[in-house]
Amino acid sequence: MVINKRLEKWALLSPALVVLGLVTLVPFVQTLWLSFTDERITAISKPVNWIGLENYIYAITDPDFIEALGRTIYFTLTSVGIEGVLGVAVALLLNQKFPGRNVLRFLIILPWAVPTIVNAIMWRLIYHPEYGALNSFLWQMGIIPDYQSWLGTPGRALNMIIFADIWKNFPLVVYISLAALQTVPMDLLQASRIEGAGAWRRFRTITLPWIMGPLLVVLVLRTIEAFRVFDIVYVMTRGGPSDSTKTASFFVYQEYFNYLRSGSGASYAVLLAAISTVLISIYYIGARRQAQG
Amino acid sequence: MIIKKLLPMSMLALATSMAFADTELNALFMSQAAYSEADIKAMTAEFEENNPGISVALEFVPYEALHDKIITSAAAGTNGYDIVLYDVVWPAEFAEGGFLTDVTDRVPKDLGNQIFDGAWTTVTYNSRIFGMPWILDTKYLFFNREMLSQAGIETPPSTWAEVMEQSQILKDKGVVKYPLVWSWSQSEAMICDYTTLVAAHGGSFFEGAKPAFNKDGALAAIDYMATSLKSGLTNPASTEYFEEDVRRVFSNGEAAFALNWTYMNALVNDPSESKVAGKIGVMPAPGVKGVSEASAVNGSMGLGIPSNSAHKDEAWALISYLTDKKVQENYAKLSLPVWKESYSVKSVTEGQEELVSAASKAIAVMSPRPVVPAYTEVSNILQKHLHSILLGEESSEDALADAVKRVSRIR
Repeated sequence: MVINKRLEKWALLSPALVVLGLVTLVPFVQTLWLSFTDERITAISKPVNWIGLENYIYAITDPDFIEALGRTIYFTLTSVGIEGVLGVAVALLLNQKFPGRNVLRFLIILPWAVPTIVNAIMWRLIYHPEYGALNSFLWQMGIIPDYQSWLGTPGRALNMIIFADIWKNFPLVVYISLAALQTVPMDLLQASRIEGAGAWRRFRTITLPWIMGPLLVVLVLRTIEAFRVFDIVYVMTRGGPSDSTKTASFFVYQEYFNYLRSGSGASYAVLLAAISTVLISIYYIGARRQAQG
Repeated sequence: MIIKKLLPMSMLALATSMAFADTELNALFMSQAAYSEADIKAMTAEFEENNPGISVALEFVPYEALHDKIITSAAAGTNGYDIVLYDVVWPAEFAEGGFLTDVTDRVPKDLGNQIFDGAWTTVTYNSRIFGMPWILDTKYLFFNREMLSQAGIETPPSTWAEVMEQSQILKDKGVVKYPLVWSWSQSEAMICDYTTLVAAHGGSFFEGAKPAFNKDGALAAIDYMATSLKSGLTNPASTEYFEEDVRRVFSNGEAAFALNWTYMNALVNDPSESKVAGKIGVMPAPGVKGVSEASAVNGSMGLGIPSNSAHKDEAWALISYLTDKKVQENYAKLSLPVWKESYSVKSVTEGQEELVSAASKAIAVMSPRPVVPAYTEVSNILQKHLHSILLGEESSEDALADAVKRVSRIR
């Protein structure tokens, strides 16, 4: 009976496992294998050699890649950090009762519904050095003396992209937080109010811990997404000016499709996946501590 | 039963006996400079009319996407493109990777001398031919006659130093805020402008296999570019511009000089596209005193057949049609023919005598970008470092020394 039950369990799971294996495990193992070879993209068959760690050594001794990694981490921490704070703040606001709340709740999701490519093109137009809305607005308000090159200035371009990314993605944090906020027990909040706890104290000790679980999930998701950022940058600046917005994912693309080194491209991909895993683990460990503490 | 079996076979025999039966060719072109989409659509429509049974599905992408599209489609196996437009800088890489069909045996032997050498280099690697040259293009110096005469300048510049001097006069007299506009975004477009200036200054990218772009003429070229920005003669937005931006700014009358491809000549003189129509002169990019008379970059492009195409004969028929002398002469406004004889044909020269005369001088001095299989990587490295010089992030010596180091790391 017991054995039958166990067999039954695996039999029922097996279709899902096979599909999962085919779509995740096989490509992963293949990529991993590829990253130890010198395979190149060609239209004729050429011998592929096992070259051990050579690709990895090349990648981590590439100063441009290290710079791009730093840039990507900056992008990830800044955009996810601001999205988190802004998202929760707006969710708290939308959780209050006020006229027009439902309309506002609807409007706030719109940026998230816009496809990344469309969002990127839209912001590229807004930032346009000559006929962009941002220049026109700031100039008419007397904030800038001359039209600025927002995406053409190193040191500024990446922040402008981060802004566009935050605009698009913070609604997701708002929605998840808002959903979680509905579950915060009102009696607990009221009791603490009677006991004399201020708004900040109530938020910090009751509301925030209560919504932490869902919030963490969405932040982890956003971190993974932000770390592998490619499309928005590709459309807005193609990594320029002077590579100042070139994120780590560009190297995977570049090795594969520009330089046709699929083996080397795979090693960059594996490195990025490994770093993402580390980032996510940090979140989870943090979350567990919070849950225990 | 027998009839049932025979019928399809006889149909098959019939089909193969007909020239080309119901084939759809997938063709990849670019929408940036040279022939317009409308021109290419018109040409292929004529071809379809003359070749019943073949239809052509056209796809237009920006130049920046062309290389990667060709590669991924050719490497993906079947159902890729049958015809692709490709740049003069890629045949080495494409030939090494087997991406293009060797058509040496298809090209008529007597064509050799009828087409310019600069055009042939587009499709030739190790003396094998991988397509037909189609676009013979280089960057010309366009100038606004009205602005020059407003500033009291009688003759257009004959050297790059004079370009700078005249720009200074134009700026000082308040004729135009930024006399010069270029396509200096971090892209191949910038490399083309740079190559023109390197050629003018007598520099070279490589000496043998060793990078040489960090010294002599090549260094002088980037210094020239950086100085023109620093002195306020070049429109600062140039570091974000592609060719179409240059055309827009120049057509709006916001610049006195611009370096751009052939196609700008017709469009800048078209009143529906330009505010300065009829006021524009065109000449070969000038030289540097004591070094060169004129300068030009080889910006030619060719048509090839990806090696995984299942319709090579039909594709070759289309390529032969598009590169035909008569066809090219009929569409000679946005891109000049690759054929030498065409330059004395009235329908080509009429109404654009100045351009054709500039072309015959420029084609003779067209300078290649480095012919190496790793061109894309060399170009990317140069783009990054040249751009950082133009943006004032690094000195030219430091940036180019770094670029040399990076190029030597290429595997």
